[in-house]
Amino acid sequence: MTKTFIFAGSGGQGIQFSGKQIAKTAMHMDMPVTFLPSYGPEMRGGTSNCTVVISDEEIGSPSVTYPDIAVTLNLPSFTKFEPRVKAGGMIIYDSTLINIGSEREDITALPIPATELAVENDLEGFANVIVLGFLLKKTGIFTIENFRDFLISSIPASKAKLIEKNTTALDLGYNYNK
Amino acid sequence: MSKKVLMKGNEAIAEAAIASGCLHYFGYPITPQTEISEYLAKRMPKVGGLCLQAESEVAAINMVMGAAAAGSRVLTSSSSPGISLKSEGISYIAGCDLPCLIVNVQRGGPGLGGIQPSQSDYYQATRGVGHGDLRLIVLAPSSVQEMASLTMEAFDLGDTYRMPVMLLADGALGQMMEPVDFDAFQKRDVPDKMWAANGHGGKRKKNIINSLYIDPKELEDSVVERYEKYSRIEKNEVKYEEFMTDDAEIVLVAFGITARICKSAVAAAREAGIKLGLLRPITLWPFPKDAVSSIADKAKAIISVEMSMGQMIDDVRLAADGKCPVYFYGRTGGMIPSVEAIFDRAKEISESI
Repeated sequence: MTKTFIFAGSGGQGIQFSGKQIAKTAMHMDMPVTFLPSYGPEMRGGTSNCTVVISDEEIGSPSVTYPDIAVTLNLPSFTKFEPRVKAGGMIIYDSTLINIGSEREDITALPIPATELAVENDLEGFANVIVLGFLLKKTGIFTIENFRDFLISSIPASKAKLIEKNTTALDLGYNYNK
Repeated sequence: MSKKVLMKGNEAIAEAAIASGCLHYFGYPITPQTEISEYLAKRMPKVGGLCLQAESEVAAINMVMGAAAAGSRVLTSSSSPGISLKSEGISYIAGCDLPCLIVNVQRGGPGLGGIQPSQSDYYQATRGVGHGDLRLIVLAPSSVQEMASLTMEAFDLGDTYRMPVMLLADGALGQMMEPVDFDAFQKRDVPDKMWAANGHGGKRKKNIINSLYIDPKELEDSVVERYEKYSRIEKNEVKYEEFMTDDAEIVLVAFGITARICKSAVAAAREAGIKLGLLRPITLWPFPKDAVSSIADKAKAIISVEMSMGQMIDDVRLAADGKCPVYFYGRTGGMIPSVEAIFDRAKEISESI
């Protein structure tokens, strides 16, 4: 069973971080995993994306044209990747920043107003983590407990004060129900 | 908890160099391989080594030559345009029979080209990385694990045969992350560097490292002797992987990141009832000629799949020696071939033969 993900958004929205956390959790669960980032001037703005493949067998291509799951945090990413989601697949998107929906009937479109939720809950900058919580709930790829453990272990001691914000954001997305 | 670590390919090369006892790194930054310098700048001082950012690629390769001549395990890394700059130094290093590791994390060319992944330095690596009659051992990793294990193997090969070795990777392998296990590696016994031009306090005759021979007969002798060594390498050090080739009617030949994409294409083709297989050269020089030749004996067609306009295909054709047709599929300039496009090309060829 192989699952392919594309995470996409603007540079600075935490796209690479999100993909890396999925990859890290998979590795700790002893699953083969690949994380392929877009690279170049993205970290200074512009569009950013990464592809994550997790599997229970050796992974061939780390590069994916048609993902099972797309996670998009801005409109250009949504318009680029929504048509590419595999039939039967899923697109999760930040509906605060993406004010259109999917017209496809062969995929599941799951909006979450992550940026708005972040602002309302004093979690500015954590919209990506809210989306990750939502993704865990909707895909069931990992338990939230496992994911939370490796999320916490990725936060350096010097930034320990961010642990609470991260876990609050994760739970908020996980429990989002609309 | 596994002992694996999630790392970028570039970081895996750097950590593997340290694990191999490499204590000197000289380089000059260039995308997409700068993480090697970045990582070693942090790690080298902690293990008593030296990581130095030179003023240019030319300076860096000559520092490599000096460190290698003194008997140190030494590394340099760059990406395509930077390797071109290093080429004079690489030829001198080959002419002096000095071991070192040169990493090329390829990007699109020619010229400054782009910064996205490419395999268009195949000719350069296997044919013309410097002037004169010379070879480099060229290793092509196709996973982050191999970025580490082949780095370790490269140092051992260099010391065993007293010659420069190139690790030919690409921007995708350099930037992507995968779990790596640094314990999964078998070290070789390598000879002591009795030839090194290092301090000895007058206790032995001085060692001379040189690539200049005014007398053509002397130069010819030295080159012929080096080619005898190359023959031994061609006999003993060929590495490749075969995937579903036993009953394959069409066989893809691909290395590096492209080989992995091909593996997925093979799986898709098998599901569609097309008997596709894959041969993945791990050593590009020495090229797995005999393996390709055996494939050509039994397959109906071979397709060379590359991130270039077709360079390895020359070696594939020479090895196939007309025994079966050799086709090509490739993307270049930083474009990565898709699983679907490789599958379509294989399907089209399977229907035409």
